[in-house]
Amino acid sequence: MASGFEFDWSAAFGSVPYLLKGIPYTLLISFGGLLIGFLIGIFMGLASLSRNRLLRWPATAYIEIFRGTPILVQVLFIFYGLPDIVGGPINALTAGIAAIALNSGAYISEVVRGGVQSIDKGQTEAGVSLGLSRSQTFWSVVWPQALRRMIPPLGNQAIVSIKDTSLFSVIGVGELVRQGQIYIATTFTAFEVYFMVALLYLAITLTLSFLLRFAERRGLASS
Amino acid sequence: MEKIVRMQRLNKYFGDHHVLKDIDLEVQSGEVVVIIGASGSGKSTLIRCVNGLEEYESGELVVDQQPLEPKGGNQKSLAAIRKEVGMVFQQFNLFPHLTVKENIMLAPMKVKSTDKSAAADIAMKLLDRVGIANQAEKYPTQLSGGQQQRVAIARALAMEPRLMLFDEPTSALDPEMIGEVLDVMRELAKEGMTMMVVTHEMGFAREVADRVIYIHGGQIVEEGKPEAVFDNPQNERTQSFLSRVLKH
Ligand SMILES: Nc1ncnc2c1ncn2[C@@H]1O[C@H](COP(=O)(O)OP(=O)(O)O)[C@@H](O)[C@H]1O
Ligand SMILES: [Mg+2]
Repeated sequence: MASGFEFDWSAAFGSVPYLLKGIPYTLLISFGGLLIGFLIGIFMGLASLSRNRLLRWPATAYIEIFRGTPILVQVLFIFYGLPDIVGGPINALTAGIAAIALNSGAYISEVVRGGVQSIDKGQTEAGVSLGLSRSQTFWSVVWPQALRRMIPPLGNQAIVSIKDTSLFSVIGVGELVRQGQIYIATTFTAFEVYFMVALLYLAITLTLSFLLRFAERRGLASS
Repeated sequence: MEKIVRMQRLNKYFGDHHVLKDIDLEVQSGEVVVIIGASGSGKSTLIRCVNGLEEYESGELVVDQQPLEPKGGNQKSLAAIRKEVGMVFQQFNLFPHLTVKENIMLAPMKVKSTDKSAAADIAMKLLDRVGIANQAEKYPTQLSGGQQQRVAIARALAMEPRLMLFDEPTSALDPEMIGEVLDVMRELAKEGMTMMVVTHEMGFAREVADRVIYIHGGQIVEEGKPEAVFDNPQNERTQSFLSRVLKH
């Protein structure tokens, strides 16, 4: 190579124990945030389908706001902006989880809405014709089918959110990227370390993809 | 004779489109009424009004002694009516995420709080009655169309309805499967079930119906015993409709 660059294997491997310390934070923020985001998504997604304007309107506003602004701005707003209002500092980890929750919640609302709307109207008609109430029909007929269809887009969102946590190094959460930056500050081996950081993200997202394919196949087999 | 359905001057619109026009119709307990007519004439809309799947704009509707008011009116009786009225759809509308047996068990368990083992017994008896007890543990998509429609009939019967509505139950079936579904319906009629059946199966109508209603453009234009309607139609629209369908 013209620059005389050589991949420094010992730096790459040497960073691994360090980087691994970031993984629990990455996973905690991702999955903690996604779990809350899923609950928000169910609520807001269903609210956005409601005939009641008092439910539908705020849900639509929430979805548009959190899909229409960058997650980086959202987390900066929560971490640096909100303390001015709540009158005390917000823990970086909490801010990260909240940002993933609110951001993924907006996308998951759309996933929920699409999933529910994709179920044929005949299913609801069959349910209510049997004497089930609207809510019984929804929860025992429509929702289980919608949930199954939601698995691929939910998996997609999980992968996006896991990668989004890499932005939270800016607020100082000791997640994967942040750990890499700290290591690079003393060793100056950016190429090797970011290469390993990328590999670790890939390991997480590929594992998830694999699990989701498995879940999807099992879902299909029983329907 | 007890009236199960009574419609008086019932009118239904989809937007500006006047779909049912001053329908007067009564169905007595135990009666089998077959509704025929061209596509788009309002047959589905008519029977869907009976269990409130469609709301109507004006007129009167009483189902099993319970008044169901027009759009905007009191719909409190709807839940009670739906418990007493079963419906079978052209597209079966089975629940694909549940097994055949679970499809049948769902309503008794949710609506009547029947316990699980009693609901399973009901399901197995009904599956036996429609001749597919051996398919109980399968999922609907693993069954043929004819078998699926028989499950749908069993599912509706599990609620012990006083009236069964059929909306073209054989129209989505391959020809060789129509017979098995009509056989089940014929049995049901023989056992005294009150039925309103929309169908293009004129042989079935002639044989099983107590009364045939021909509907055209949202109006009942002819009504009577099957022999009268089929062999000696009074209205020229009925004549031309029948000459078209009976040719095939
Ligand atoms: N949901 C709906 N919205 C608007 N128009 C409808 C709807 N359902 C049916 N129609 C119209 O009402 C008329 C009667 O329809 P339908 O009762 O389905 O007829 P049939 O069952 O005799 O074929 C048709 O002109 C049809 O296009
Ligand atoms: Mg129809």
